[in-house]
Amino acid sequence: MPIFDIDFETMPREGLEAIQLRRLQNTVQRVCATVPFYKKQFETAGITPKDIRSLDDLQHIPFTTKQDLRDNYPYNMFAVPMEQVVRIHASSGTTGKPTVVGYTRRDVDTWADLMARSLSAAGAGSGDIIHNAFGYGLFTGGLGAHYGAERLGASVIPVSGGNTRRQITIMKDFKPTILCGTPSYILHLAEVADDMGVDFKDLFFKSGIFGAEPWTENMRHELESKLYLKAVDIYGLSEIIGPGVSIECTEEQNGLHVFEDHFIVEIIDPETGQVLPYGESGELVFTSLTKEAFPVIRYRTRDISSLNPTPCTCGRTFVRMTKPAGRTDDMLIIRGVNVFPSQIESVLMEKQTTRPHYQLEVDRKGNLDTLTIKVEINDSVFSDDIKSLQTMENKIATDIKETLGVTARVMLVEPKTIQRSQGKAVRVIDNRNF
Amino acid sequence: MLAEQISIFIENKEGRLAEVTAILRDADVNIRALSLADTTDFGVLRLIVNDNEKAEQALRKEGFTVGRTKVLAVEVSDEPGGLNKVLDPLWMQNVNVEYMYAFANPQCKNAIMVFRFDDHDKALEIFKKHQIKVITTEEIARL
Repeated sequence: MPIFDIDFETMPREGLEAIQLRRLQNTVQRVCATVPFYKKQFETAGITPKDIRSLDDLQHIPFTTKQDLRDNYPYNMFAVPMEQVVRIHASSGTTGKPTVVGYTRRDVDTWADLMARSLSAAGAGSGDIIHNAFGYGLFTGGLGAHYGAERLGASVIPVSGGNTRRQITIMKDFKPTILCGTPSYILHLAEVADDMGVDFKDLFFKSGIFGAEPWTENMRHELESKLYLKAVDIYGLSEIIGPGVSIECTEEQNGLHVFEDHFIVEIIDPETGQVLPYGESGELVFTSLTKEAFPVIRYRTRDISSLNPTPCTCGRTFVRMTKPAGRTDDMLIIRGVNVFPSQIESVLMEKQTTRPHYQLEVDRKGNLDTLTIKVEINDSVFSDDIKSLQTMENKIATDIKETLGVTARVMLVEPKTIQRSQGKAVRVIDNRNF
Repeated sequence: MLAEQISIFIENKEGRLAEVTAILRDADVNIRALSLADTTDFGVLRLIVNDNEKAEQALRKEGFTVGRTKVLAVEVSDEPGGLNKVLDPLWMQNVNVEYMYAFANPQCKNAIMVFRFDDHDKALEIFKKHQIKVITTEEIARL
């Protein structure tokens, strides 16, 4: 398989580390001069950008968390004046304060390169037609894959998410060869195709790039056997750049190559913050090396993974991260949408005067994630009229859909029936197996 | 003039109804009438009992959500057209029934209908005009 940026992607370790250090030093110097948050971080830690003399010195810099980004909502983490920002994205599905990220023209360019590398690792080239079912909008998936496809010289169909039957017609008629989307949506699409009597065997896909939510090896087998393609995992988050932080190659499908010339990846112990050696499982932490508008230093992703430095048979020398296996916080990813229990809680709070007791139950029915929200009834909302109770259930579901973008089934339950441990309600029951 | 009904939220779970009736038994509360409205997940049990206070306390102690609602109980004669005699004047004056249920008056052959109307005042007026006997909570307790 051709490698899009062979010079960088197959670079020997020493050369790569020299580039990383130079770019890191530039980045810390720049953020300390332009972003008050980072200036303060360095001061608190008692260090200056000059103290970063080796890659190991990175460990002296404090972490950046999602909360830090929220505290600096919307633009205070930007390292360039607004005149230089050409694009704004925001993290998906947040009430209250989402995290807002910006891109300079060069950032958009870098991102397009990274996505072109990713598509290439998945087997795409200039002759391919890319069916891009990632959502277009504030979510980075759609536009990220789109720009990468154009950079690669492939033809991109910007179909976005939803309208499943039409997507299947497009697949039959436009003959796309590469498929992009969230794995749960694509499996749902496969079921609809089945209902329509369309067999993927008769379609033209050779590989699929799936991400924006965790998925398992079992799902890979299912995707590959139902869709007759090679399924690879892509990783990224808007805070880092969007999709295109790391990707599996079709040769091995074993670990995601982190584009280390643009990002330094670390695995830390989420409790102590200690950096863990290769092979050990912990929280993924990223530092951007080339981003202009929204650089991040040691950003804690809350995703759990481990790193494998063994060079890959595909030729890439970048370290590989294992498929993310869970989170260190209570964030749920439901059909590609990030959902925090606290967001559901704030919707429920609007409905009643007292603090609601609730529980989120996530299942995978067929191939779609389903969310059930159990809410304990109390005097302030109880009525002897069954219609008004049902209206309330529906209203909560509508509000959740509107504010978070996920479909949920709301179920009223009796008081004190939601399981509590040490007095605290168990907020989430995730029956999916990742 | 109005009677009072207690209502209880119960999940559609095996044995849940029996738990409610056991609580009332242990509290020495007599159930005069009951109706259950349900969806796939939950139901609302509506009860006419001889002692609302005692019933509510006992159920709350066991963690149930209990509501109290004003309803109208009227006596309906046990003969063809008995219920119709009550309903006809109501619909003609645009009074609507939200729900209703019935029980037998142990003191005679007549039935007692329990109604929840969208306009109780208007219903009371109509009953008075048509000499339909309205039964109070106290009378129910004495049955």
